[in-house]
Amino acid sequence: MSIHNKKLFLLCLATLAGLFVLQFLLSDYLVLAFTRILILAVFAMGYNVLMGYTGLVSLGHAMFFGAGVYGAGLSSYYLGVSLPVAFLAGILAAIVLSFLIGLLALRTQTVSFMIVTLMFSQAAFLLILYFSEFTGGDQGLTLPTSARSFSLFGLEVDMTSDVARYNLALTVFGVVLLGLFAFTQGPVGRLLVAVRENEDRTRMLGFDTYAIKLLAFTVSGGISGVAGALYGLMFGYIGSAFAEFKISIEALLFTLVGGPGTLLGPLVGTGLMTLLFDRLSGVTTAYLIVIGALLIVVTLWFPTGILGTLRDRWLPWLK
Amino acid sequence: MNTIGTKKNLTLPRRSLLKGMAAAGTVLAAPGIIGRAVAQSGDVIKLGAPFHRTGIGAAYGRWYERTALAAVKLINEQGGINGLPVELIIEDDGTDPKRGVEAVEKFSAEHKVDAIFGHLFSHVSAASAPRAGELKMPYFLCSEAHSLAAGAFNRYVFQPSISDVKSQVSSMAPWITDNLGKKVTMIYPDYAFGYDHRDNLRAAVEAQGGEIVGDIAIPPTETSYTRYLPRIPLNTEVIYHVLVGPGVLTFVKELGEHLGSQRPEIFGFIDSLEAVSFDIPQLAYLEGTHFWEAMPRYAQPNQTSFDKFYREKVGVDANGASVDDPKSVATFSHMFSVWETLFAMKKAMEMADYKGPKQKIAMLEAMESITGFEESNEFPQGRKIFNGKMHQSFAQQNISKVVDGKLKVVHTVSPEDTLYPDEADYTKMSF
Repeated sequence: MSIHNKKLFLLCLATLAGLFVLQFLLSDYLVLAFTRILILAVFAMGYNVLMGYTGLVSLGHAMFFGAGVYGAGLSSYYLGVSLPVAFLAGILAAIVLSFLIGLLALRTQTVSFMIVTLMFSQAAFLLILYFSEFTGGDQGLTLPTSARSFSLFGLEVDMTSDVARYNLALTVFGVVLLGLFAFTQGPVGRLLVAVRENEDRTRMLGFDTYAIKLLAFTVSGGISGVAGALYGLMFGYIGSAFAEFKISIEALLFTLVGGPGTLLGPLVGTGLMTLLFDRLSGVTTAYLIVIGALLIVVTLWFPTGILGTLRDRWLPWLK
Repeated sequence: MNTIGTKKNLTLPRRSLLKGMAAAGTVLAAPGIIGRAVAQSGDVIKLGAPFHRTGIGAAYGRWYERTALAAVKLINEQGGINGLPVELIIEDDGTDPKRGVEAVEKFSAEHKVDAIFGHLFSHVSAASAPRAGELKMPYFLCSEAHSLAAGAFNRYVFQPSISDVKSQVSSMAPWITDNLGKKVTMIYPDYAFGYDHRDNLRAAVEAQGGEIVGDIAIPPTETSYTRYLPRIPLNTEVIYHVLVGPGVLTFVKELGEHLGSQRPEIFGFIDSLEAVSFDIPQLAYLEGTHFWEAMPRYAQPNQTSFDKFYREKVGVDANGASVDDPKSVATFSHMFSVWETLFAMKKAMEMADYKGPKQKIAMLEAMESITGFEESNEFPQGRKIFNGKMHQSFAQQNISKVVDGKLKVVHTVSPEDTLYPDEADYTKMSF
């Protein structure tokens, strides 16, 4: 099997190795912070498949993150299934939901697509509130103590251990990263980019662009669900806040800053923005203004994001 | 036209860009790395306060912070705790569950605090309490949620000051049915906070021989209430309302337009109007109605010296507003919990001769052994019964009537009358 874009593949492996080593170098708190960053980076990577590679800007990805959170959390809370099964249930819920929403939303384009995805997402959020006796609504549900550990292939994993949490997040991140490398850097990835660059021409060449976009939408939603399921189970809490509009905006923001259409951009964007939120909120309550100003600067000077700028100027293989 | 990459538009050399990125990364990571070297314990007691500085709870957060600063100042003036000064570290949780958890992790791993206190909104505490337990971090709530008393949390979580909503509602109901009427219509927000009131009030009213004749849940997204008000049954004797947020003013105005002067009795929870002044035209319709208050906003004729002392230290006048700005109204029925919680923590630490994390378990066990707090400068809201098994306090409650645009206390429920059977025993859990 030949590997397309070997330089990027090596960079991905180096990134994973670096992230593994990082846990021995950083302070306790930064290890915890990077655990969250890795999970949210998976979410942004999922979003990037649709926005960065396929050129479709969704404002509703919170519903897929939320589908992961609730699919995993509710099956653990009510059915008492083991965490790996709950994790898979969360992913499945997100895949099914994104496929169904994709079937409808992809009948629209550009601004209409943004509005339709936003409306579906808000409907999903309100449904969580409406069925609050089952979902816990805005107050949420705290997962039982039995859902704080699991055994997989003879390996006991304690979800309360900082080391286990970091390495679990890193493992999921690594699997998604390498999976997306294969997905985006091969022939399918080329088709996604073709749709982004010129959908009419792609259709004229004989490709079913609706099917391509539906595939991208489902993969994107499914990966968002991976992040949501992991987040819910990792922190032992599910609540409607994870399906709010601002969750969609976070994914958009992380991807924009890191570089849409670059494999590692979402990781860079998520890490940078999460740490900025964290540091600035300790300095001022007006930290969102500071971040807004920074975003204006990024948009003016680096409109293709940090890694996108590097790609455009010096490193064309960084995609 | 895409001009990215043109020299005119971007002249930043690659080396400078990479240097800039590396420097930015170092600056962002530095506090975490340096934190390893400077974090110490044993010479100061560090308390972490994740307050709602921003988000929907910001009005509460502002006053929680002000109260906490005043209490810590007083504790330090009195010699600190066990001879150690108290350092308060505040983080903004954005009234958001995700960031609430992040704040707990930051307090535990970076600031290395001795305990955390101050979460109010129930969805934030529901997300944060499990994580605090996993990090073995003493976590003191200043909330009203019933989750703790119901056994949903863990041995590290306490609520030593403010009563939970079940206790508040069930102790109010007998007075409502005896004095205002037995046919009650509930109007509440259509989410968990509202359901707590709905479920507990229905049970309490029916236990008193009363009846819920109307049940009106209003979605949180509503901005006008006119289409809900006709659902108030004509035989309603009491309207019970607990709406919160900016829509309350519209609700009161539209309620007045709908009912006119022939209104039934009206009973509300002050949560609806915390940080809102009563003497504004939109609220004139509330004249003569009743409210629950944990701690009377307006200084009463029989004001205790403790209430006076507390107001003076926090900087609140007799009308429940800031002494610096009479238009800045306090969240008076909630913020006392921050003050009292700090003194409850101080008491437990003194009982355990707490000097640092080595005495953490002893401090938690001391907290569990406490049976109550007497009314004092430290506990100005009133006497409390503390249930060490449920980790929950039971305090006196007040019913006030709006008279001349001010709240006048007409009835007080003793702590004993707010009790309900134990629902949890955290002392059986391991640390």
